[in-house]
Amino acid sequence: MAKQVFARPESLKDNIFHYCPGCGHSIIHRLVAEIIDEFGIRDKTVGVPPAGCAVLAYNYLNVDMGEAPHGRAVAVATGLKRARPDFIVFTYQGDGDLAAIGTSEAIHAANRGENITVIFVNNGVYGMTGGQMAPTTLLGQTTTTTPGGREQVRDGYPLDLSQMLGIAAGSVYIERTSVTSPKNVQKTKKALKKAFQVQIDQLGFSLVEILSPCPTNWKVSEIEACKRIDELVAKSYPLKVIKDLTQEKAQG
Amino acid sequence: MAKGFIRIDRNRCKGCGFCIIACPKQCIRLSEELNIKGYHPAEYTEAESRNDRDCTGCTLCAIMCPDVAIEVFRE
Amino acid sequence: MNKRLMRGSHVIGEAATLAGCRFYAGYPITPQNELPEYVAGRFAKLKDATFIQAESELAAINILMGASMTGARVMTSSSSPGISLKQEGISYIAGMELPTVIANIMRGGPGLGNIAPSQQDYFQATRGGGHGGYRTIVLAPYSGQELVTLTIKAFDLADMYRIPVILLGDGLMGQMMEPVVFPEPIDPATLPNKEWALSGAKGREGRLIASLLLDPIQMEQHNWKLARKYETICENETDSESYLLDDADIAVVAFGTAARIAKGAIDRVRQTGVKAGLFRPISLWPFPGQELKALTKRIRHVLVFEMNLGQMLEDVKLNVDQGTTVHFHARPGGIISTPQEIADVLIRLSYRRDLQQS
Repeated sequence: MAKQVFARPESLKDNIFHYCPGCGHSIIHRLVAEIIDEFGIRDKTVGVPPAGCAVLAYNYLNVDMGEAPHGRAVAVATGLKRARPDFIVFTYQGDGDLAAIGTSEAIHAANRGENITVIFVNNGVYGMTGGQMAPTTLLGQTTTTTPGGREQVRDGYPLDLSQMLGIAAGSVYIERTSVTSPKNVQKTKKALKKAFQVQIDQLGFSLVEILSPCPTNWKVSEIEACKRIDELVAKSYPLKVIKDLTQEKAQG
Repeated sequence: MAKGFIRIDRNRCKGCGFCIIACPKQCIRLSEELNIKGYHPAEYTEAESRNDRDCTGCTLCAIMCPDVAIEVFRE
Repeated sequence: MNKRLMRGSHVIGEAATLAGCRFYAGYPITPQNELPEYVAGRFAKLKDATFIQAESELAAINILMGASMTGARVMTSSSSPGISLKQEGISYIAGMELPTVIANIMRGGPGLGNIAPSQQDYFQATRGGGHGGYRTIVLAPYSGQELVTLTIKAFDLADMYRIPVILLGDGLMGQMMEPVVFPEPIDPATLPNKEWALSGAKGREGRLIASLLLDPIQMEQHNWKLARKYETICENETDSESYLLDDADIAVVAFGTAARIAKGAIDRVRQTGVKAGLFRPISLWPFPGQELKALTKRIRHVLVFEMNLGQMLEDVKLNVDQGTTVHFHARPGGIISTPQEIADVLIRLSYRRDLQQS
């Protein structure tokens, strides 16, 4: 008699994802739902979605959600968590939301050691608005606002916000992963689980940056998008643990 | 080795091909037909009932699937 | 009666605490620095009270947004340039129908301006200063005691109508020390539960608080819902004071500190036989237009005195009875008129033929 070994997580609504074929968002949404189920925290989890493709995250994740203006999710999350420390509060943000307009709020929340979890989806473009340059766009990368490729002189360098947040004293756990293969997807899930555990254990600020494919705006096939991350993006944004003070904090 | 099988929701699938690459046994292919959204959806190449199936129910396809279109079963 | 001599900024902080507010996020800016300083000290003595000095006024309003979503009574304060920074957040808060109290201790402007008192943010406060065409209730205290009553009223109105409420003061009021009496404190645990708040999806589907409505049909309906709410507020929440208007020929219309100065002027000119009185709007939105219209059927000359270039002036012109003459005296940029200056204006006005006693 066969038993089902893989099914839709309870906390993931049945709606068909509006995301493009091969988009990393839907993989990541599923992982978040799986983690919420595994920890059994659906009845006290509150999420803050971004302005961006994932603005409709509430159509998929069956938890209480409070919308924030573009870039302000971390500040809204701070208010939620400080008013209700019993909630598990996460933000879900793209590279524009967190590393452009939201940089100040991100750094200061990390610096204050706000006990929240940030899910940072890095796909190197502004997806929802049609593929403009993002802070994490690579040098030479073509986007709709860098038609000849990103140039350092005019457009600046790609920004590594996770590295900057690692410097902030209140950040406890920061890791960068990707979702380009089953192995990487499982590593992402492990990282996300660890990040939520940091919050549950009240150790401080946690963040997982996830390199995610955007085939539509990169103008490549879904499979090529994953290859591009593995072979090109991961050179500028290496997959690694950027900061991990969980052991020390747990002892201290 | 245990045997498994999968079920793919044709109309949820967007034909991205991740599952096809992920499957270590090459049990999935893209359908020649279109689904209701106009994609060529992925389809499982084996019949659930056959005993000579290659699928082991490893779930790598479902882990990769962005659209949660795959259910996996194992004996 | 327990009278305390207290600075205006401190009064607001104390009144907010007594109203059951346990969440404040703010940022230093003159002339209201004493407000966050007071709250920092006051909240430190309470358990379960949160004071955050945020990294910017922008961060502060967004932190408040999150806290308000949980149903808590929340407050921020700033002065004019900082209130500009909050406009995006206030628009979202209005769209999401979250209760919030925002104190603006106005200073001279525009731009960086100066730190002297002004009333230059009337338009910003009463015309829904951010995008989208919403409204916020605006209350204009003019004394230490009103800082007590109107701060508490602000929280009540915010909760009742699920709307941002602006407490519009100015630098003079923030610094002024007056004797005040405080009421008994409200225990926040006794406040009614907010059914709409984010409370954790126990035994139910996830709840959403958002202002995004992509479907224009839904968005239109939401706007009409807000419009109906604003209509109800206009019917029920206007507030004003009438001073010596029963036998007056000329009504000064002023709010806040300008009204304080005007009262002094009116008392002086009354001694010389000039029959002036004061109509003082206390709710600037909803503006007490009907009361003003009724008044000006009888009193045909109105002197608007504002510490700006003419903002409430427009609301006065919109609401006075037809044929009323509206005079205007402006002092923008942080100048505080003396009562004598306004008295001189009233005396000169009284020389007009139609204001002379027959």
